[in-house]
Amino acid sequence: MDTHIAIRARGVTKCFGDVVALDGMDLDVTQGQIHGLVGPNGAGKTTLLGLLLGLAVADSGRLEVLGTPVGRALDAPDGVAGFVDSPALYPSLTPRQNLAALAALRGHDARTAEVDDVLAEVGLTGVADDRTRGFSLGMRQRLGLAAALLTKPRLLVLDEPSNGLDPAGKKHVHGVLNRLAADGTAVVLSSHNMDDLEALCSEVTILATGRVVFSGPLSKLATDDRELDYRLLASDPQAARGLAVDTARIQVVDDADVRHDAQTLVVRAQVPALDELVAELVHAGIAVRELAPVASPLEAAFLALTEQQEAGR
Amino acid sequence: MTATLTPSREQEQEQVTRGRRVPVTRACRFELVKLVSQWRIRLLVLACWIVPALFVAGVSGQATLPVDTLFGRWMHASGWAGPLVMLGFAGTWTLPLLTSIVAGDVFASEDRLGTWRQLLVAVRSPRRIFVAKAAASLTVLLLLVAGLAVSSTVGGLLAVGDQPLVGLDGHLLAPSDAAVQVLLSWICALAPTLALAALGFLGSVTLGRSPMGLLVPVLVSLAMAVAQMLPLPAAVRVALPSYAFISWNGLFTGPQQLGPLLIGVVVSLVWAVVATALAYVLFVRREFTNPTHDGSGRRAITVGVLPLIGVAAVSFAVVAATTSATSSGIDQDKVQRSVATAFAHLYRMQTGQLHRPGVTEAQLKATAACSKGSTSVAAQGPGNDWRCVVTWHLPGVEATGQAIYQLDVTPDGRFMADGDGPKEVNGYFLVRTPEGDAPNPLWQFDGNVELLDTTLKG
Repeated sequence: MDTHIAIRARGVTKCFGDVVALDGMDLDVTQGQIHGLVGPNGAGKTTLLGLLLGLAVADSGRLEVLGTPVGRALDAPDGVAGFVDSPALYPSLTPRQNLAALAALRGHDARTAEVDDVLAEVGLTGVADDRTRGFSLGMRQRLGLAAALLTKPRLLVLDEPSNGLDPAGKKHVHGVLNRLAADGTAVVLSSHNMDDLEALCSEVTILATGRVVFSGPLSKLATDDRELDYRLLASDPQAARGLAVDTARIQVVDDADVRHDAQTLVVRAQVPALDELVAELVHAGIAVRELAPVASPLEAAFLALTEQQEAGR
Repeated sequence: MTATLTPSREQEQEQVTRGRRVPVTRACRFELVKLVSQWRIRLLVLACWIVPALFVAGVSGQATLPVDTLFGRWMHASGWAGPLVMLGFAGTWTLPLLTSIVAGDVFASEDRLGTWRQLLVAVRSPRRIFVAKAAASLTVLLLLVAGLAVSSTVGGLLAVGDQPLVGLDGHLLAPSDAAVQVLLSWICALAPTLALAALGFLGSVTLGRSPMGLLVPVLVSLAMAVAQMLPLPAAVRVALPSYAFISWNGLFTGPQQLGPLLIGVVVSLVWAVVATALAYVLFVRREFTNPTHDGSGRRAITVGVLPLIGVAAVSFAVVAATTSATSSGIDQDKVQRSVATAFAHLYRMQTGQLHRPGVTEAQLKATAACSKGSTSVAAQGPGNDWRCVVTWHLPGVEATGQAIYQLDVTPDGRFMADGDGPKEVNGYFLVRTPEGDAPNPLWQFDGNVELLDTTLKG
């Protein structure tokens, strides 16, 4: 048994009636890793999170969580915590009461400082005794995270944890997750927010129609030989456009879907061709003021891979 | 896990790492915390422990009494009438409403809040969740029922006092006996309350967040109350769990009508067990990972409703077979016996009021001749056209006394006798006593006809 492995899935399949939610999925997540799950709606992300939390059981394949095989529903080992869809708490209780009740449910002393600690950790100390009924989505997300932290998890499973969070709240939650990972907790989070995933995750798994289309380090996605759209702002846009049109393996994108002003040029290329274009521009005395991907490598890869998957069906 | 571990050590390690289920006691406490934190539950607890006392004390202090409710006419005379009037109201309205609010929402609220997944991850056992929720709801219901009983008793005793209570056959119950019977009556009412609570669980599990789930106990109770008012065979009436909300009346007759009471309680408990079992089966089979599942599938409704119809049919068959009560259960002999017995007891009371020489029921040899309207109508079944002529003898007096009563007999066996003369006996609502005018016990009185012929002689 490899004690560093938090999740090991091999050929996991889960169906709901005729719908195949997960189709022979493999996944490895190690302790201390923040692992992102990306995929279009219906890709199987929530089903996978449900399996990890023990809310459902796979129809076939093998799933090990924290070194323990999970073969029955609600059989996830201690140390797994998190939420699916969104954290759901009791509106008639205050955050402190919600957490104290959950702590008591697990046999812990409801009056311990742990409740105060986790409230402070997610930044809810100031509203600890307010009714949860009036909480915004962001505050409920933080409270859901606090409820998960109360169990001192070794595997934290989160579904869209940044939903409804303001930039400060997002930064706060990112800090909490990074600290947890640094302490050895494995974090699996599903999100449609690519910025979050790129900021937090060392590895991602891209799912489409229940299948894994990519799983590995983010850096592997970025260096892949894949054409991306780049936004190019030059001192002489007309001349730059002419050079781009003349450069091999560079495609100028005049797509109405890609918003840019008249001064900005969008080109589609692999990295080597882009290097050639930059060299040409400099040689022609045209200053390059900005050159950046229109979409992040993860987003671009996500779109490309999921579109391929859809096309192949 | 290494190959050097023996199987027993492997199992030991698995025990350590595998998720532990939360004990039912802890889950129950969690459910209680959630229930008690709701303002409506707090309000109900407060209301059940305060309002009945105020109601009973207030009504007891008024000139006009709720004479259409059993024991209502005795609220001036004894503090023990108050909790029984309250029980009459509670069986019809309050208890169905309380079970709806508490039991009818205990599962549906998790659907509404979307908290099932969190609860399952925390407790790890749908079975334990069900048991904890049911136990917590019943605890709260018990607290509410206890509040109604205690509060109305305290209100009655404080406002009127600890006087003897007139039973449904006119005999006088000593305060201590009245206290015991009042307590037993409220305990008996717990059985149909449990049945309604179980129906609430079933509605809550089956219909999910639909408001219909919340209304199941009230709607079922209403339907059964309507059924009790219809001229149905006595066996059908007794085979419904709502009959136990009425059959406690039998505790206040002599001899006590324990047969219908026990049948009512047993039927209620059978309904409670069956409905709870159905709710349990539907709950543990539920697919919690499917976010669109809301419980209200056709299959769930079929599984939930059909067995209860079966229970009602079997209850009816068993009661009909064991008691032969396929008619209304109200016949001439029973009415005559009940009226004569009540009259004799109340005549003794009137004799005492007037300071006349004491007389016993045996000496009075009271009999009643009852019929329905004209001779062409059979003297049986409910109706307000019953007419009785009561005859009695006084020791040392050759002439026999006679008094006339008009009777309104309801399908559940309860009757109200309205004195029709002579004025000196039962024709006027007051009697002139040496101490002044006093309510005439023979003017109007309530009684009870036993629908089944199963009275256990005690």
